[in-house]
Amino acid sequence: MLNMARTYVLLAATWTRAAAQYPLSMAMLTLGSFILTGLDVAAIAVIFAHTTALGGFSLPEVMFLYGTSGMSFALADLLFGNIDRLTLHVKAGTFDAMLIRPASPFVQMAVHRFSFQRIGRTLQAAAVLAIALTQLSVPWQRAWMIPLMVVCGIVLFAAIWTLGGAAQFLLVDAPEVANAFTYGGGTLTQYPLSVYGGDLVRAVTFIVPLAFVNWQPGLFVLDHPDPFGLPYWLRFMSPVAALSLACAAGLAWRAGLRRYRSTGS
Amino acid sequence: MIEVDGVGRSFTLRHRRGLLRGETRVVHAVRDLSFRVAPGEFVGYLGPNGAGKSTTIKMLTGILAPTTGRIEVAGLDPSRRRTTLARRIGVVFGQRTTLWWDLPLKDSFTLIRHLYKVDREVFRKRLAELCDVLDLGGFLDKPVRQLSLGQRMRGDIAAALLHDPAVLVLDEPTIGLDVVSKSAVRDFLRDLNAERGTTVLLTTHDLGDIERLCRRVMLIDHGTLAFDGTVEELMATVPGETSIEDVVTRLYTRRLPL
Ligand SMILES: Nc1ncnc2c1ncn2[C@@H]1O[C@H](COP(=O)(O)OP(=O)(O)OP(=O)(O)O)[C@@H](O)[C@H]1O
Ligand SMILES: [Mg+2]
Repeated sequence: MLNMARTYVLLAATWTRAAAQYPLSMAMLTLGSFILTGLDVAAIAVIFAHTTALGGFSLPEVMFLYGTSGMSFALADLLFGNIDRLTLHVKAGTFDAMLIRPASPFVQMAVHRFSFQRIGRTLQAAAVLAIALTQLSVPWQRAWMIPLMVVCGIVLFAAIWTLGGAAQFLLVDAPEVANAFTYGGGTLTQYPLSVYGGDLVRAVTFIVPLAFVNWQPGLFVLDHPDPFGLPYWLRFMSPVAALSLACAAGLAWRAGLRRYRSTGS
Repeated sequence: MIEVDGVGRSFTLRHRRGLLRGETRVVHAVRDLSFRVAPGEFVGYLGPNGAGKSTTIKMLTGILAPTTGRIEVAGLDPSRRRTTLARRIGVVFGQRTTLWWDLPLKDSFTLIRHLYKVDREVFRKRLAELCDVLDLGGFLDKPVRQLSLGQRMRGDIAAALLHDPAVLVLDEPTIGLDVVSKSAVRDFLRDLNAERGTTVLLTTHDLGDIERLCRRVMLIDHGTLAFDGTVEELMATVPGETSIEDVVTRLYTRRLPL
């Protein structure tokens, strides 16, 4: 584990230094992603121009859910966003090159072309979260959950990406299957789940545990009744969900790696 | 140093016929392959296109797991102990670089030093040596993607040797090189083997590599070993032929019992 972290930092530093040779393009990309994701916030603002509540949540509460999910997603994307590009690396032969190095191919994949340009989205989500919190005045008895839920969210998104990457060991021709889950998941959790139907919510609670990114712990932080009447203890289950999904993803990745077949040329 | 016992590797191919229907076909890239390479040997691995050379190399380096049989390289099972083996083996793929496309060559080397945990002083000396004999000085600062094929190949060879591995396997290291670069690479490999005692296994389609470098030749066809012996013994398999090209052509075109 420590060794993997060391490799990650080492490679990230090297990639950052390489990217720093083009400072202008780096600044543009950061600004670009900041503005682009700002459109999400504009969408929420437009909704609230016509109504005072969305799925039973006030504007600051919606911003809180958006901000926490956005932080988790953006940080997961920054740190592990590359994992679901396995097919590309297999076809280009770069995955073979990773396998001959004395370092985890998972880490090498995750950090490939690491760049801080994607920090723009994290900053934007952090800003939204900060504004929401000034409006909400959450007592510390419930606020402790906030950092924990962001970390669990990162783990959940990263695990879903890893599952997507692992699937690509078998389905070299169908990488899009996984992307639907990950990017779909990022969008899904931006809004209070109460705007969706009960079946979808039960699916993302018990099957793909996206409800544990920000919805269940968010209900705790906001001290909000569950519109779907699911049990109260689910609000504390994010670490359990994150850990189980991470284990499943780890096993799937290993199984996939054993079946790796490289390319014929 | 390298032990291969009854190794086979097959690939299942699926052909789509409509949405759900499909046919599967099994390709045996390597079958029942056995050989041994002792420390300090220099072995050439020959075979026609699609014979299974690259597949063998990938199994020796742990990239692919064999479907059947047992492999041991530098005392380790490659597919199970891949990362440990990586520190003891050097690998060069002539067709594709193992370096980081966007990083300057120098940064690739530094990264390798950290990944392989090579001591700073040892690394500095080794790099200076390699730069000298492989003549890398002129393009150390260029990103790998800007290098010419010959420059990139020399960079790749240097990268594979920075951690001073006991075994070096190369898949077509002289592909696309001009006569000068080719002879530089050959001289370098010969000296490496003679002076450091590094075990070398290389695949090639250039018979000049075999004549000038390899004491021992292995010839693989349709995934099985068709010949294993010295260059002289190889020549003797087809009486009357005097050039190695003709001998190998005869061996490649001979129909093997399947
Ligand atoms: N990943 C793969 N998937 C499917 N078939 C493969 C794969 N890798 C290799 N093969 C098949 O296995 C056989 C041996 O391929 P291999 O690349 O080992 O040949 P080779 O001896 O290196 O040939 P060449 O001289 O052309 O490089 C070929 O028939 C090839 O189509
Ligand atoms: Mg080949």
